Amino acid sequence: MSFLTYIINGISLGSVYAIIALGYSMVYGIAKMLNFAHGDVIMVGAFVVYSMTSKMGLNPLLAIVCAMVFCTLLGMAIEKVAYKPLRNATSSLAVLITAIGVSYFLQNIALIIFGSDPKAFTSVVTMEPIKLAGGELTISGEAVVTILTCIVIMVGLTLFINKTKAGQAMLAVSEDKGAAALMGINVNGTIALTFAIGSALAAIAGVLLCSAYPSISPYTGAMPGIKAFVAAVFGGIGSIPGALIGGILLGLIEILSKAYISSQLSDAIVFAVLIVVLLVRPTGILGKQIQEKV
Amino acid sequence: MKAMKKLLSVALVAVMTLSMLVGCGAAEEATTWKIGGMGPLTGGAAVYGTAVRNGAELAINEINAAGGIGGVQIEFNFQDDELDNEKALNAYNALKDWGMNLLVGAVTSGCSAAVSAESSVDNMFQLTPSGSSTDCIATGNAFQVCFTDPNQGVASAQYIGENGLAQNVAIIYNSSDIYSTGIYEKFKEEAANQSFTIVAEAAFTNDSKSDFTVQLQQAADAGADLVFLPIYAQEASLLLTQADAMGYAPIFFGCDGLDGILAIENFDTTLAEGVILLTPFVADAEDERTQNFVNAYVEAYGEIPNQFAADAYDAIYILKAAIEASGVTPQDGVSAICDALVATMPTLSVDGLTGEGMTWVATGEVSKDPKAMIIENGVYTNLE
Repeated sequence: MSFLTYIINGISLGSVYAIIALGYSMVYGIAKMLNFAHGDVIMVGAFVVYSMTSKMGLNPLLAIVCAMVFCTLLGMAIEKVAYKPLRNATSSLAVLITAIGVSYFLQNIALIIFGSDPKAFTSVVTMEPIKLAGGELTISGEAVVTILTCIVIMVGLTLFINKTKAGQAMLAVSEDKGAAALMGINVNGTIALTFAIGSALAAIAGVLLCSAYPSISPYTGAMPGIKAFVAAVFGGIGSIPGALIGGILLGLIEILSKAYISSQLSDAIVFAVLIVVLLVRPTGILGKQIQEKV
Repeated sequence: MKAMKKLLSVALVAVMTLSMLVGCGAAEEATTWKIGGMGPLTGGAAVYGTAVRNGAELAINEINAAGGIGGVQIEFNFQDDELDNEKALNAYNALKDWGMNLLVGAVTSGCSAAVSAESSVDNMFQLTPSGSSTDCIATGNAFQVCFTDPNQGVASAQYIGENGLAQNVAIIYNSSDIYSTGIYEKFKEEAANQSFTIVAEAAFTNDSKSDFTVQLQQAADAGADLVFLPIYAQEASLLLTQADAMGYAPIFFGCDGLDGILAIENFDTTLAEGVILLTPFVADAEDERTQNFVNAYVEAYGEIPNQFAADAYDAIYILKAAIEASGVTPQDGVSAICDALVATMPTLSVDGLTGEGMTWVATGEVSKDPKAMIIENGVYTNLE
């Protein structure tokens, strides 16, 4: 029975990683940059919800919507102020360093406003835990909601990309920015839209993460952000199903290695698996194979 | 032009040398005891640092109001170390620049050990109110007010065994923290002599201290009816929340690190109901000394003091006793003060909030008895 519990916990943790990894993956696929501030947008989203529910006593659903709007605007602002001016810089490292700078900036703003003391986060999920097999197998409400949310987001996003004009524009920009611009696609607008969607998803991920592990501090987003980045690379960066598979696998490996190998070495094992996967498949599990031009 | 530059640099050197002399002169004329301290005032362990600062401040205000130590007033300067060894050293250097004679700190084991490596070089007398690892007193110039981690581990195992609290015990500890591993090792050693068996041992690290579901599940699978938590309150608050979500309700038993769990912002304190902890100080004890302290503390800071505040309050009175017994003055210089106090400490016997007749051995370890407390109706209650 405990094996099943581990599997469910792993999938639930993996779902959060997957939602975060989507943000990394989409931005990389379209803007060809690593947005290291993504993990901190998660933290901002969670703090918005924390302030509105625990401090002002507002309805959690309203708070989540506000957090999504806030993070969307924040994501677009970051893109506009920090990344766009550097898009044509000679070194692609410039924008990477800027992303790290934005990450520290967000952390320090949160430090000033909320202080560094971790605060207990009241879960937004009010669902009772599901008890199966005579109470031996307990599935927490947070796990159910997280997994369902992840599925809904994945399906919704796939439909959006394949069925709408804006989604097709994203695909085109990720394929060839120059050609897309020649075809009359608004490249800057499409990139801004990508940041907006990624940041809104980050807000949801933040709420789910802090509901499952009910503590919040300015550093809350840092470690999950790195793990989700690993998940994105693992699944094949730039690919939406890849982010899902990478995230869930990462969550499962983390929980199972904690349970059966060593609770102290789980992080080391996660990163070791990443190295092995990248040695065998350099572009990740679902990554596009790069064709050598002869 | 070159000559001008030379002249200017010589003049600058002269000014700097002069300013150094001026600095020395000021230190020699000091007529107060300058006591420095450092601890986490922000961050996950802020509960402890704030309590220590307040407790020490309270004692110092009392002593100053009563005329100081032998007529000499005390100045107190407490710095934030954010539970970071490097920042603790920065704080130590800042305090030295301020002219500190004596150090009360650091609050946590890791920082305290880091600072003592430096303070032993300066031969600065260091009294840590709450750094409980044996590493904190390894340098010869440092003494403890709280009991050591090995003591806590042994005492916890004995308490559980002698009171028959449980048959099957699981341990969840932080393998990247010396406080936690120190207690864990001694607890495990002593458990071999006790009637209970350890059925599960699970660890976590500073990088993975948000998800405890696996560790709790392992404890539950092993049939543990008591989970021993030699960890800090912040992690424990998360762990208790996750145990509650799982529907797992053994007895949770911790050490002084759990003290302060009720003060965590937004934490649902009903989850901590029934948690037992070993600590030398109980705020609802009925003796006059404790009552006076608790009332004064509540009046000044608006909350019930925890063990850390009591340790710090005692630390100041221990310093006072040691200074009076050895007859040192602030003018003696840091190193001479330290030598005199190190020689005096083992001869003292101090009655404080955290123990009657506390005595010290020359290595810096204190000898006193721990008390068990249980959290009932949202307050720490004496468990006898």
